[in-house]
Amino acid sequence: MEPKVLLKMKNIHKSFPGVHALKSVDFELRAGEVHAILGENGAGKSTLIKVLGGIYTPDEGEIYIEGKKVEIKDVVTAQKCGIAIIHQELVLVPYMTVGENIFLGREPMKGKFVDRKKLHEEAQKLLDAYGMDIDARTMVGKLTIAKQQMVEIIKAISCQSKILVMDEPTSSISDKEVSFLFNTMRTLTAKGVGIIYISHKMSELDEICDRVTVMRDGSYIATEVVKETTKDRLISMMVGRDLKNYYTRDYANQGEVILKCENISDNHMVKGASFELRKGEILGFAGLVGAGRSELMKCIFGLTKNYTGDIYLDGKKVNIKSPTEAMRHGIALVPEDRKHEGLYLIQSIKFNTTIEVLKEFIKFIHVNKNKEEEITQRYIDMMATKTPSTKQLVGKLSGGNQQKIMIGRWLATSPKILILDEPTRGVDVGAISEIYAIINKLAKEGMSIILISSELPEIINMSDRVYVMRDGKVMGCLGHEEVTQEKIMKLAAR
Amino acid sequence: MDQVSRKKKSFISNLKDSFIQWIKENIGIIIALIILCLFLSLNPVTKHSFLTLKNVFNVLRQISSNLFLACGMTMVIILGGIDLSVGSVIALSGCIAAGAVSRYGLPLGVAIILGLIVGLVVGMFNGFVISKTTIPAFIVTLATMNIAKGLAYVYTGGSPVRVVTKEWQFLGAGYIGIVPTPVVILIIVLIITSFIMNRTKTGRYIYAVGGNAQAARFSGINVAKVKFFVHAYSGLMAGLAGVVLASRMYSGQPTAGEGAEMDAIAAVVVGGTSMSGGFGKIGGTIIGGLIIGVLNNGLNLLNVNSFWQYVVKGVVILLAVFIDYFKNRKA
Repeated sequence: MEPKVLLKMKNIHKSFPGVHALKSVDFELRAGEVHAILGENGAGKSTLIKVLGGIYTPDEGEIYIEGKKVEIKDVVTAQKCGIAIIHQELVLVPYMTVGENIFLGREPMKGKFVDRKKLHEEAQKLLDAYGMDIDARTMVGKLTIAKQQMVEIIKAISCQSKILVMDEPTSSISDKEVSFLFNTMRTLTAKGVGIIYISHKMSELDEICDRVTVMRDGSYIATEVVKETTKDRLISMMVGRDLKNYYTRDYANQGEVILKCENISDNHMVKGASFELRKGEILGFAGLVGAGRSELMKCIFGLTKNYTGDIYLDGKKVNIKSPTEAMRHGIALVPEDRKHEGLYLIQSIKFNTTIEVLKEFIKFIHVNKNKEEEITQRYIDMMATKTPSTKQLVGKLSGGNQQKIMIGRWLATSPKILILDEPTRGVDVGAISEIYAIINKLAKEGMSIILISSELPEIINMSDRVYVMRDGKVMGCLGHEEVTQEKIMKLAAR
Repeated sequence: MDQVSRKKKSFISNLKDSFIQWIKENIGIIIALIILCLFLSLNPVTKHSFLTLKNVFNVLRQISSNLFLACGMTMVIILGGIDLSVGSVIALSGCIAAGAVSRYGLPLGVAIILGLIVGLVVGMFNGFVISKTTIPAFIVTLATMNIAKGLAYVYTGGSPVRVVTKEWQFLGAGYIGIVPTPVVILIIVLIITSFIMNRTKTGRYIYAVGGNAQAARFSGINVAKVKFFVHAYSGLMAGLAGVVLASRMYSGQPTAGEGAEMDAIAAVVVGGTSMSGGFGKIGGTIIGGLIIGVLNNGLNLLNVNSFWQYVVKGVVILLAVFIDYFKNRKA
């Protein structure tokens, strides 16, 4: 029996001034399936979702919900059609309880007043029904991101939504929470809910998705059954060309030890971690979220003031107390959270690229603008960043180009040691491949690189050696010829 | 010889470039200012009084205090904060400088420096607390606003400190050539401020910290130091405004500068600086200050009832911000 079609979008067109964002896109969602939408940044995924959610009205095209033609004029209509969107950035009210958030805008009433008791009881019933360990009376702001996500899902279910859109739900939660999320998704699909799943993580497709639709440059490319396709095939559809060398890596001859850390602790997340970094190698750091990898690097970069343990650079003991000192020692750290820890989004590429090397072209009140331009252009070229000019605001660039600007900024400090914390998170496939090639080239030229990543294939394919961390300690080291996902997980999991 | 002339040429073309950019960035409020000036020079009631040299200098003299404050305020707001204490600092520094001359007979130079130091100290205190804690600048400067105002009243007992020395008036009411002294000081201060913001590392750091303080920390910028500097500078500017104003009024008055912080904020905001921090230019603030100054002057020349002047000023601030809003939304 052919499964019921919940949603059908046909021939959807949408243009903005200067951009044809959606060109004749078709999409179909069946009851009980998880349907992934894949595409690079700018492929039109979010525009399509916004059309579905009533934020944009399409210029052309038809939308059918359970076979009935509908016109989604606004957000309210979308909700009435049973569509719920769980955005990347959560939109709950932090100072209200879980129950109040779930029933926001449709609270059960007792006369003229909100029946808070009934509200929380009903909310608790829903939470329990999905096996969620959340008290309906806690403040939302006190929950972890993962639990807040669960609350959003419950809120959507309580609105009788049949079509659930999830926009990169796993980008900021731990592996354990991911598996709980996936279980919840399976419970939902078993009840006939259709889920549209947007993610950059190819590895999640096999685990949770039934079908996948690929988009590129605003056009519909193909819909495939996940079990019957391959990752390479999907990637080449996304990028529009064959990516033969997705990972570029020439493994290095082991050079001398350039950085040695002994027994580093920060009295919080890092508990006596030790490791060695050699010249010209890419050193992977694997581990679950919360294993203390980023925190360890923050100690080495001088962002954590009260750490204990010894750091040796070229055999000499150093005392790094601030990022400025770390930079003076030739260490650079590209942080994991681009938006909050990295970029000045309302400033230009030029500003962002040169902020750490101002002394190279500003002498008291004399600004050498040619030099400034030259430095900026050098790193735009080196990173192959796509931009119309050096004056472009960084906030208007795609995730991949933003990441390239960040890496370029740190390369401008001419580091000997480059620490990359999740350098490919939220970056589109084409740019990821380019970033790998650049990292490889830097290592070949003698730079030592520390690569922190939660993407195991990335760690395995790029690293000369892999350290695995758990609970703030280094659990072991694996050479590139012996490293496998299983070995890493054995060391990383409790 | 050739190199010198090339250097000179590039300096002039640089200047030309930044001028054109300044016009482009502020086109909305520049048009607003021109319309305002045209209206006042064509209106039958004001056309004989507005566009005279005397009145133009008078307007500039009046806006100088506001623009001193606005120079510091622009930096503070770009940093994502606010400085409410500057109005009260005007009173305190003016009274102490005036007192130094009339009560203790100290030399003029010492009195002026004392006034500046008072402002600097309040600013440094603000900066110290704001950079060492996470207490918002709004709260800290709200407190120092009250403290400074209270100290001014305590010091004077509530009545003005008169200064009879003739030289005292030079700073606020005197002239250098035909140009009023405060206007000369204003030009110097504007040049210094714009140099700090556009041409020094500190200037870039101010934008960086205001745009994303967390990222600034990762970039190795000493965020606390930047915050401290900016608030100290704002305090110093308020001290300067206080001394100049006390000189113009022949006395230090504990009531001076009331609400001055709001006029300064208005100039900054009308000038296009973002209240959420990270974005803004001193060039915009200058136009903002001019609009408010010309408006005050025009309303007086037009004999508009002073109660209504507030209403008109409020409407004009809203209009100016609206123009900016729609311009940015289109872009």
